[in-house]
Amino acid sequence: MTASLTLIVAAAAMIGCGVYLVLERSLTRVMVGLLMLGNGVNVLFLVSGGAPGRAPIVREGDPEPMSDPLPQALVLTAIVISLATTAFVLAMAYRSWQLTGHDDVQDDVEDREIRRLAAADAASDSFDLASGAGEDDLEMPEEEGRPA
Amino acid sequence: MTWLVPLPVLLPLLGAGLTLVLSRRPVLQRTVSTTALSAVVVVAAILLYQTDRHGPQVLWIGAWKEPLGISLVADRLSALMLLVSAVVTLAVLVYSIGQGMTGSERDTPMTIYHPTFLVLAAGVANAFLAGDLFNLFVSFEMLLFASYVLLTLGGTGARIRAGTIYVVVNVVSSALFLISIAAVYAATGSVNLAQLAGRLDDLPDELSLVLQLLLLTTFAIKAAVFPLSFWLPDSYPTAPAPVTAVFAGLLTKVGVYAIIRTQTLLFPDSPLTDLLLVAALLTLVVAILGAVAQSDIKRMLSFTLVSHIGYMLFGIALGTVMGYAGAIFYVAHHITIQTTLFLVLGLVERRGGSTSLLRLGGLARLAPVIALLYFVPAMNLAGIPPMSGFLGKVALTDAGIRVGTPLAYVVVAAGMLTSLLTLYAVAKAWNLAFWRTPEEAHDMTRALTGEAQRTHEHHVVEHRGHVHIGASTFATMDREEARSIIDEDDGSNQDLFQLSQQDALPTRLPRTMVGATASLVTVSLAFTIVAGGLFGYAERAAEDLLDRDGYIDAVLPGGPS
Repeated sequence: MTASLTLIVAAAAMIGCGVYLVLERSLTRVMVGLLMLGNGVNVLFLVSGGAPGRAPIVREGDPEPMSDPLPQALVLTAIVISLATTAFVLAMAYRSWQLTGHDDVQDDVEDREIRRLAAADAASDSFDLASGAGEDDLEMPEEEGRPA
Repeated sequence: MTWLVPLPVLLPLLGAGLTLVLSRRPVLQRTVSTTALSAVVVVAAILLYQTDRHGPQVLWIGAWKEPLGISLVADRLSALMLLVSAVVTLAVLVYSIGQGMTGSERDTPMTIYHPTFLVLAAGVANAFLAGDLFNLFVSFEMLLFASYVLLTLGGTGARIRAGTIYVVVNVVSSALFLISIAAVYAATGSVNLAQLAGRLDDLPDELSLVLQLLLLTTFAIKAAVFPLSFWLPDSYPTAPAPVTAVFAGLLTKVGVYAIIRTQTLLFPDSPLTDLLLVAALLTLVVAILGAVAQSDIKRMLSFTLVSHIGYMLFGIALGTVMGYAGAIFYVAHHITIQTTLFLVLGLVERRGGSTSLLRLGGLARLAPVIALLYFVPAMNLAGIPPMSGFLGKVALTDAGIRVGTPLAYVVVAAGMLTSLLTLYAVAKAWNLAFWRTPEEAHDMTRALTGEAQRTHEHHVVEHRGHVHIGASTFATMDREEARSIIDEDDGSNQDLFQLSQQDALPTRLPRTMVGATASLVTVSLAFTIVAGGLFGYAERAAEDLLDRDGYIDAVLPGGPS
């Protein structure tokens, strides 16, 4: 099978740019990245279909010079799916903007908590709970309305 | 009887369409979705019997001459997965009807829930039946799209945050899947699994190794195998309880199923045994250490979910009949048990107001039924004899020792350690949430945190024009305004003791919710009773997998071309 170098270079460039954009913090850029990534992959499918040929229509003469129809069918499906993905990610970016005024992808809550604890050199709540530190070591604060 | 094969996909899809039309008639909507999923359970049970008796059932869609069209194949493994997933989805549906999510969570529209849930069920079934790689891709997309919607249901701040990570990770993994399909097609000129089985053997070893690694990486992201599992514990716990339950039970297992299918059918003499064993080892140990450190039961269970994927991967890596049989048994057990536990957590959240170990206490006295429903599957998860978790682990340990390489022994030891640490994690949750009194919980938390509300008081920072509160960021606005948004998101800041003093908690839970959970607990216990038969079945399924000819002959009776 011979492959077109132009298509491969185009696919590589698009996937590369796509990956770079996905690593961005703003959801809109991530969306553009995902789109480029998807289109790069679609071009890759054209490469996998082999050399170009005539339109593959059944019973229209000799099948030999026709191009392979299967990758085109697969690409069509992939395009439809990436359309839906784009719509969904756009909706999420808009909702995020509605809620917080920007569309930055936010930190993992737990990750942030661990970083905070590490900076303060403190144990996690779950460690304290499991080791029962609350029972004797710590001073109980006074509280109104608690039955003695 | 091959006309039965597409029904597990078609029935939920038809149901999805109908429920969308009936979105203004909630009662009819519920009837349609329950009927569709019950019918799938029946069909899956018949398919299980058929495939066990008469071998794989194959249907070429649209009556195209093979190998041109799309094939749906049900063999022993697919049929078992179908049945277990159908039972679990039905139970979760009944549970969510009981929860009546519109009532308890104002942001969760139930009308969207039914159709989406049915599409998810159809996608899962299609993945188990897919006879070619591209159909597998399409079914992944079906279930992923349904899961995007379910995860961000209602669009609250926390869900959008978790959903963003989930969607981006999965879209990237889908792109990787497409790249692997393109590569496989370029190398072999086919995407049909049965045809690929023959053609991949003829390829040079290096090329087939590249294809194998591409497919493995894709499925490892879906299955949350260790270095690729970080998205899971962050995104699952924010969704409503039934959604988390069905995700935890099914979605990762679809990835595991895809790994089993491709490893056995396409790459029988895999050179990657050691790599998979190391991945299994790391998944087991790293994730369970994460579980031990959590102070929220939902997050803790998400980590045990990742960790126990390691057991299944261990069985797959061994590549023996015993290994695969153990992995199949463990998948069936784990789907049920993990779903059950998340459903129980939904009950805990409703009865106790939270799933955080800092706020819960004394549930064993307040709600003995919930305590029992938690205790049984939790012990099962940890592998206490004679429950199915124990039996699955014994089977895998046995398989590992029979293979007997040093690395296999190390993973066996890690499996034991993981089992112990799982027991520690679930027992800690039991002691704190169920066993101590609510007053103790209240005092301990106050003592730990010093002043009353500090755990819930967020750290406020102004930075580059944004206000950061806790983990969320806001454009410049009044700090108080931002704080009020966060407080609304977090719901109540009070712990169980305070809430129960104010009688703010429901004391009676809907019967359907408790009933659905209890029936799943019963199913998981039934695994112990039918373990002999089930394991025999798993062993036959594993033999089928390793002897590929049965599958290939059934799909392509004219011989592979």
